[in-house]
Amino acid sequence: MLKIKNLHASVDGKEILRGINLEVKAGEVHAIMGPNGSGKSTLASVIAGKEEFEVTEGSIELYGEDLEDISPEERAHKGVFLSFQYPVEIPGVSVTNFMKTAINESRKAKGLEDMPAKEMLKLIREKSELLEIDRKFLSRSLNEGFSGGEKKRNEIFQMAMLEPKVAILDETDSGLDIDALRIVANGVNKLKSKDNAVILITHYQRLLEYIVPDFVHVLHNGKIVKSGGKELALELEDKGYDWLKQEATV
Amino acid sequence: MAFENNVDVEHPVHDVRTAAIKNFEEKGFPSKKEEAWKYTSLNSLQKIDFSIFPKEENTLEYKDVKRYFIHEIDSYKIVFIDGIYSSYLSETTHDGVDICLMSSALTKPMYKQIIDVYFNKIASKDESLTSLNTAFSREGAYIYIPKNKMPKKPIEILHFSTGNEASLMLQPRNLVVVEENAEVQIIERHQSLTKNEVLTNAVTEIYAAKSAIVDFYKIQNDAATASLIDNTYIDQKDKSVVKVHTFSFGGKLTRNNLNFYQNGEYIDSTMKGVTILGEKQHVDHHTLVHHIEPNCESHQDYKGIYGDSSTGVFNGKIIVDKLAQKTNAFQQNNNILISDKASINTKPQLEIFADDVKCSHGCTIGQLDEEAMFYLRSRGIPEKEARALLMYAFANNVLSSVRIPELKARINKLIAKKLGVNLGFDL
Repeated sequence: MLKIKNLHASVDGKEILRGINLEVKAGEVHAIMGPNGSGKSTLASVIAGKEEFEVTEGSIELYGEDLEDISPEERAHKGVFLSFQYPVEIPGVSVTNFMKTAINESRKAKGLEDMPAKEMLKLIREKSELLEIDRKFLSRSLNEGFSGGEKKRNEIFQMAMLEPKVAILDETDSGLDIDALRIVANGVNKLKSKDNAVILITHYQRLLEYIVPDFVHVLHNGKIVKSGGKELALELEDKGYDWLKQEATV
Repeated sequence: MAFENNVDVEHPVHDVRTAAIKNFEEKGFPSKKEEAWKYTSLNSLQKIDFSIFPKEENTLEYKDVKRYFIHEIDSYKIVFIDGIYSSYLSETTHDGVDICLMSSALTKPMYKQIIDVYFNKIASKDESLTSLNTAFSREGAYIYIPKNKMPKKPIEILHFSTGNEASLMLQPRNLVVVEENAEVQIIERHQSLTKNEVLTNAVTEIYAAKSAIVDFYKIQNDAATASLIDNTYIDQKDKSVVKVHTFSFGGKLTRNNLNFYQNGEYIDSTMKGVTILGEKQHVDHHTLVHHIEPNCESHQDYKGIYGDSSTGVFNGKIIVDKLAQKTNAFQQNNNILISDKASINTKPQLEIFADDVKCSHGCTIGQLDEEAMFYLRSRGIPEKEARALLMYAFANNVLSSVRIPELKARINKLIAKKLGVNLGFDL
């Protein structure tokens, strides 16, 4: 489904990703771990199409199509979703109106009519219940004054609404208390299916107790230095990253 | 322009007018040499040979101008065509409140007492364009709300110009007196219906007595050949709340001189504005809040979006007198330039003589937040719509305090039209 081949990316001339290879198939959950500054968030942004980053080598393919010249919005229409590490506050636009716009723009891109208001409301109700989101919350300005946990829950709510094929969750666990983490993880698990895939970007093993990955990759210095099963995460939790860094430099 | 020949010596406020014409003759039109007019030139307007009074009356059919009214709501309407009152298009009242004409207020004995107390009292006697209006204004809205009263519906003041003259200068004069604990909502709009040049030099005096509430909305979305110099003077007494919203979406040259004088304690003055310009339009917002007594507040929030070769000015002056302790004065002016050729000059001007005050001011000029753009686009919202959504959001703070829902909806539509998109929802 998603094939990343020898991906190199840089920002302002500084190379951050130095040859990433990763294949994600439908139905899989991949975890990408690694120390700060290893390039995890950059990888997430590059997949989502952030124009600030320049892909200098390699490619990202979704269902065999090279995403190189595809805009962020078109990637979203094709099923890419990024849950932001730091969701942007947009005062003046309510969560509901934002979702209506996002959904109808995606439909428009697919040549569909706007979703009827009734259907939209039903969908919003359904998905907000899934993430135990209060009604009042939906009429608030997008992310404005939200707590860290509310922002992350709102990201997963958006994912639930948009039903992406590949969801990249960038540090969705950071800033969450244990209850919020459980709700968010539960939401992601319910959205998982054999037709979609999830890429979890995280520092800690904690999230992986709730969303169990099929594969764990360790990113260091812009490269995947080790891949394994879910037990690799436990090993990292135990030993930290230093042994991998040494291994990588050898 | 020869104004002298048109002085009406029989006029009831003749002395006031004589003094005003003298002041104008001495000073003439303000020039760019004056600090307050540094970024707004009236030169090109002065070259036009404006008619001061139209030679003949013109009429309009309601169906042709319907769209300029907030017609969804029931409202009192005071309508002028080329400066002349149109009783046909208007709906005035004397039922408990007076919503009628300046010309009757100035001539009928029953209004004399009010006129003596209020007419030309807060308006500047020094500012030449205000003097010009004082000398030559013939007509305008007269609104008097007695103690504890509130008109049943909002008041719309509409000025249409029909292009009856090749170029026309209008001098409307409004007087709004809101007595103790009374309330009023007013919407004012100037609208040119042709390509002929129009210059409107308007003066509005607003007096808000103790605990009075006044909402004044100015809609400025005029034709490319219409210019407006809008001079508003507001006198507030204890605990009164006055809000002026200015929506500037069009016109050739617009200058807003908005002046608040806080003559009492626990007063709240609010000035909000949304400016969305394109082409070669020019809008200049000059605000003044004079904090004279203690324990008062003022809030200013102006948002501007400038495209094409449009230009904007924001000059916000706050004076806090030595006596005006515990003043809270806030001022915010945020601007987005969406074209390389557009420009904005923004300047806060604070003169604070009291030591126990809270004053904050901030002005920003920027482009749209790229991180926010990426966030919206990553959710499938195309670039153009994302931009529009962010601009909408940017203007939204100002709309949230609009208390007439129909007006809010109208402004929303105007903003959408200005930004060239339809988002399919109201903010």
